[in-house]
Amino acid sequence: MRREVPQKLTDYGPLIFPAFMLLMFFVVPFSTMIAVSFFKRNPAGFYTPDFVFDNYARFISPFFGGVLTFSLGLAITVALLAVTIAFPFTYLLTRSTRATQTVWLVVLLSILSLSEVIIGFAWSTMLSRTAGITNALVALGLMSEPQALLPGFGAVLTGMVYQALPYTILVLYPALVRVDPTLMEAARTLGASPVRAFFNVLVPSLRNTIVATLIMVFVFALGSYLLPQILGRPSHWTLSVLITDQAIYQSNMPFAAAMAVFLVLISLALVGLTLLVGGRKEDA
Amino acid sequence: MSGLLLRNVSKQFGAFTAVDDVTLSVPHGTFVCMLGPSGCGKTTLLRMIAGLEEPTSGAILLDGEDITKVPTHQRGLGMVFQSLALFPHLNVGDNIAYPLRIRGKSRDEQRARAEELLRLVHLQGYAERPVAKLSGGQKQRVAIARALALSPKLFLLDEPLSALDAKLREAMQVELRQLQQQLGITTIVVTHDQREAMTMADLVVVMGQGKIRQMAAPVEIYRKPADAFVADFIGSTNLLDVMRDGKGHAVVLGKPVTGLKLPQGFEKGQISIRPEDVHLTHDASALKGRVHFVRDLGGTIETFVEVAGTTLVAVATPRARGDFKAGQEVGVELPVDAVVVLKS
Repeated sequence: MRREVPQKLTDYGPLIFPAFMLLMFFVVPFSTMIAVSFFKRNPAGFYTPDFVFDNYARFISPFFGGVLTFSLGLAITVALLAVTIAFPFTYLLTRSTRATQTVWLVVLLSILSLSEVIIGFAWSTMLSRTAGITNALVALGLMSEPQALLPGFGAVLTGMVYQALPYTILVLYPALVRVDPTLMEAARTLGASPVRAFFNVLVPSLRNTIVATLIMVFVFALGSYLLPQILGRPSHWTLSVLITDQAIYQSNMPFAAAMAVFLVLISLALVGLTLLVGGRKEDA
Repeated sequence: MSGLLLRNVSKQFGAFTAVDDVTLSVPHGTFVCMLGPSGCGKTTLLRMIAGLEEPTSGAILLDGEDITKVPTHQRGLGMVFQSLALFPHLNVGDNIAYPLRIRGKSRDEQRARAEELLRLVHLQGYAERPVAKLSGGQKQRVAIARALALSPKLFLLDEPLSALDAKLREAMQVELRQLQQQLGITTIVVTHDQREAMTMADLVVVMGQGKIRQMAAPVEIYRKPADAFVADFIGSTNLLDVMRDGKGHAVVLGKPVTGLKLPQGFEKGQISIRPEDVHLTHDASALKGRVHFVRDLGGTIETFVEVAGTTLVAVATPRARGDFKAGQEVGVELPVDAVVVLKS
């Protein structure tokens, strides 16, 4: 599609409102946070305006490095798992009848309406020894006695993938619905089995969508701070948990701000790298 | 038997019968056009041959082997879709080489075959182009080349030329026909364009409401349509009521037509006569009519004549026909050898 370049100043009129919102609710708070990250902490009170690098310096330690690596790794794993599960599921969903699609989409939207707290406690019950799914496995004779599946990395991962799945499916859905079904049929007439056609026609032709979805889920998972606390051990706590801890419980706003700024920069760098690697073949 | 055989093939979608008990034999190397209005079941029939739909009943045999249950990717056929279905993430060469890649052929072999096919469809040197940068006609050729990459036993095309403009379409029809003759490949084209069918086909299969209405060479379909549906669908025609009178003569438009023989047991029904076979004369001998509209298209003149309450169309070249004006009385001659008595 070709769009006309705005000619007069008034042509930019429709942009005023979003620009204002972006400025008020993103640029101003984010700038404040950057500024605070350079402030000096005042143990007696809150903080005093200053320009020191102490907060960043304190961050550069094996402990925080480990937490940062774990947080990024967790978010990447969640993104990969969510897209791997959601993509085939959404593809099959788009090929099913309208009634089936509606039912599934309503279910997904209702999962979306659940808060992170409810998801966290639901899973902590599900994975517990006393009332969890292992009891069902024992009843079926597949296990000898019930056991607790949490706290642990598996539990954190399960909860976060569960939380991310509806978003992933709803982002993939419009793109998969638009895919010309004859592409897959053509691949089959040319000798590709349905599974091969899925992998070497459908997946590559939606490469950009997949990359965009991975980034979205990654960013989404990076911000999660309740599920790691409910379902994990302290060693599974993400940087978001530490930021909350510093900001709310230790009243160390400057340090929390510094960690947040650092996290934003690192994730922006990762997203940029993904776009560079994943989107380079874009010529459609 | 060599070739394609459909035996009592039917397809139902719920209560709707898309294809109704079709039996069709296509000898090896034949160019078949399946022709019919939209919704007549021609595309469903093609998709069943390709294995993209499963017949509700009946069998499909290719070279004597029952392929009804064989999945599409094992049938070894080439198909061109109406949407062309070129893979957007691959360039022209890789699109054409896709079936070779699937079969694990080497990169060199893929490239050589793609070049060979591009030459065949007159697109040398286009291998590296992205598909999105091609014109409609070029995309068409790439889709054809890709479908032919593995020298399939069957070449299927679903409305392949419908996206092209009229001039290009006519040129591609000729090209497709020449390509098919050069390769000697059994080809089935689905189309709703009768000119396309007349240009390309050895055998035209006219379908209507899920059934085969007539199956014959293009000229025969035109000259000897089996029923009113075929006569009306292929070209334009005049359909007139006919009945046998007490003396056994065929009566058309209220007058007996001398020399027109009705088949045994035929009491009343319809006849078809092509507009170019209707002769208008100045002497009102047999049938009297009145011209009520003249459409002069330059190359041909269509004259609409009202005879006994029925409107007939006569077509002629400007040279062959004296000019008639609207409102004028004319004589209408229906040459007996051009009249086709239709099955009722």
